[in-house]
Amino acid sequence: MKVLMRGNEAMAEAAIRAGCRTYFGYPITPQNEILEYMAAHLPAVGGACVQAESEVAAINMCYGAAAAGVRTLTSSSSPGISLKMEGISYLAGARLPVVIINVMRAGPGLGNIAPAQGDYFQATKGGGHGDYRLIVLAPSTVQEAAELVMLAFELADRYRVPAMILADGMLGQMMEPVELPPPIPPERIPPKPWALTGAKGRPPNVVSSFDLDPHRFREILRGLWDVYRQIQRDEVRWEEYQTEDAELVLVAYGTMGRICRTVVRRARREGLRVGLFRPITLWPFPSEPLRRLSARVPVFLTVELSAGQMWEDVRLSVDGRAQTPFYGELGGVVPTPEEILNEVKKYVRG
Amino acid sequence: MEIGVVFAGFGGQGILLAGKVLAQAAMERGFEVTWLPSYGPEMRGGTANCTVVIADEPVGSPIVDRPQILVAMNGPSLERFGPRVAPGGTIIFNASLVSAPFARADVRLLPIPMNAIAQELGEVRAANMVALGAVVKVLGLFPLEAVAEALSKELGARGRERLLEVNRQALLRGFSLA
Amino acid sequence: MSVVETKVPAGFVPVYTRPKALSDKRFTYCPGCDHGIITRLVAEAIDELGIQERTVGVAPVGCAVFLYEFFRCDFAQAAHGRACAVATGIKRANPELIVFTYQGDGDLAAIGTAETVHAANRGENITVIFVNNQIYGMTGGQMAPTTLPGMRTTTTPEGRDLRSTGYPLKISEMLAQLDGPAYITRQAVFDVRHVQMARKAILRAFRNQLEGKGFSLVEIVASCPTNLRIPPAEGVRWVKEQALKYFPLGDLKVRE
Repeated sequence: MKVLMRGNEAMAEAAIRAGCRTYFGYPITPQNEILEYMAAHLPAVGGACVQAESEVAAINMCYGAAAAGVRTLTSSSSPGISLKMEGISYLAGARLPVVIINVMRAGPGLGNIAPAQGDYFQATKGGGHGDYRLIVLAPSTVQEAAELVMLAFELADRYRVPAMILADGMLGQMMEPVELPPPIPPERIPPKPWALTGAKGRPPNVVSSFDLDPHRFREILRGLWDVYRQIQRDEVRWEEYQTEDAELVLVAYGTMGRICRTVVRRARREGLRVGLFRPITLWPFPSEPLRRLSARVPVFLTVELSAGQMWEDVRLSVDGRAQTPFYGELGGVVPTPEEILNEVKKYVRG
Repeated sequence: MEIGVVFAGFGGQGILLAGKVLAQAAMERGFEVTWLPSYGPEMRGGTANCTVVIADEPVGSPIVDRPQILVAMNGPSLERFGPRVAPGGTIIFNASLVSAPFARADVRLLPIPMNAIAQELGEVRAANMVALGAVVKVLGLFPLEAVAEALSKELGARGRERLLEVNRQALLRGFSLA
Repeated sequence: MSVVETKVPAGFVPVYTRPKALSDKRFTYCPGCDHGIITRLVAEAIDELGIQERTVGVAPVGCAVFLYEFFRCDFAQAAHGRACAVATGIKRANPELIVFTYQGDGDLAAIGTAETVHAANRGENITVIFVNNQIYGMTGGQMAPTTLPGMRTTTTPEGRDLRSTGYPLKISEMLAQLDGPAYITRQAVFDVRHVQMARKAILRAFRNQLEGKGFSLVEIVASCPTNLRIPPAEGVRWVKEQALKYFPLGDLKVRE
């Protein structure tokens, strides 16, 4: 049955259905509905929701809960995610599967609460200190947001890697019909023999990101990067729309991805052969499919709510085989389909 | 088919609710739909607006640069959003609060005294439902009953009998004036 | 790894043995450091309450960073200052576990002040062991929030100047003002009598958690002879004659 749900609420409900039983968060617009939803609904399923004193505390509470073997979620928006970055680096180092939702707003600084995509670098290139990656999933509809939250928990557990949902204020605040996936039966959540459950009948478990011996630490990190390479091989997700005969492919993710879908429709009505390439996993970035596409598409126009961040990954993937112009907006301004279409017309003619 | 409807007015006029009820009704009748509110400081006191997109295929942009229908429940909203309405579209405005004439020859102007009608019905907060009734008529996609059902669902436990009845009357009055 | 070996000669009966909650790993603390006694007291409390198999410790950043190697129970290593938040997460995820943090003054009273105060204020049902030796030990002797007036550190080479660096932070007094905590006490381990008192306090702080009473914190005023650049034996006198002037011992809050 379809229900009309706000993106933030759909993501929260999806987390509960994924077996998330602890949530730690701190209020910040435009994602407060997630914390509010968890406060109202987690206790009813035997879970715990704590409004923390700061984002720093919240992410470290996640560290504890995940270490105890329980599926755990935190959410915030850009400035709050910056505060969480220390903790996220520790999660990556200690191999803890936590899901983090970033409902992006415009920055730097306090910026404003309008939708933006300026946190792409932070999410996909590390963000915190050290050599690590997050699995980063970028939904473009409320339905997809719910599904990707459930996927994020699954991937985080499978690889013992923290996963981030990179959404934005528009997706968090808008309502759309959602068909919520059924709850995951508890027995389908993988066992966690490494978790801190009390050293009964087994040697003690330690959750740590610390090793003073560089050679030993190097081996740990090599193991971690083996896992990352496996993720890059097996978990790349993207969507192509009308790319078969395209003379120009728009590359956009999240909210910008769906707006570009409208641009493609309008362009096609005007006889312009335009398509859309929408990365769903931002890390691992779908470089290979984009590279394949660049063998026959002459122009890739990257559109972002930023000064051009994903654009760098697009250029690395296309690697000079096609033109790679950029169109973006700053400060929380969302370009209209008309404005993007005008940009498209600089490169293709009907 | 993709129709954009913008509801705009003062905070407290039930702008977001009217949009939500429309989105809910459209969804129940099998349409694809998005509801996008203005959010943040604006929702306290100042102005409020929301955009509803109704379509027969998955909605692309939830932002509508050229809405087919505008509901302007106050003067500032009419000034702000009026010029953006698509040619051939409809502007439904609150004649109880907007006195200055709004000149555009390429759109249908539909003045409805929303506050006055709501007051007649004994519930000034029902002005948004008067507007919504008019929207349903202009859209012509589904019967008014679809919206009435969605409203009682939305009000849920808050929906006391009297309140529901007043809102139903308000929807009807708006519908018949459009 | 350096391992403790205990050989009992024929005809002797051991009366002082290693607590079961401790591993065979030899402590890495400096000579004269009070951490050794305090770590042992925590292990004794775990033994006495029979909770080793359900206890999870949270190690700080600081001289006790290797704590997880010393204990024979599950452990999480926390980011600097965040131990109380990590403990909160563990406890909320699984309230059956007995969760304790073990933190120094830099970790708990500087970078982790917010996490500590709010865990206390929520009445989080955890046990906190707070070792106050008035200095940053692991990083080489910088000023701590608890550094005494006039005390020389590497960042107060002329002695702590109250006009520019403020006063020794009295965390336990602060926390005792809150409604949330169940038990706030300040102890020391510079002689046998005080070791016994500290032992009882730590035991009580764990028992409180077992009984669901809520947040319990045992502050232990200690010394760091290495960074004070004094002989180990002088550390005892330091605590008695200097530190206790600012950090008087006793229970600051006891909620029955």
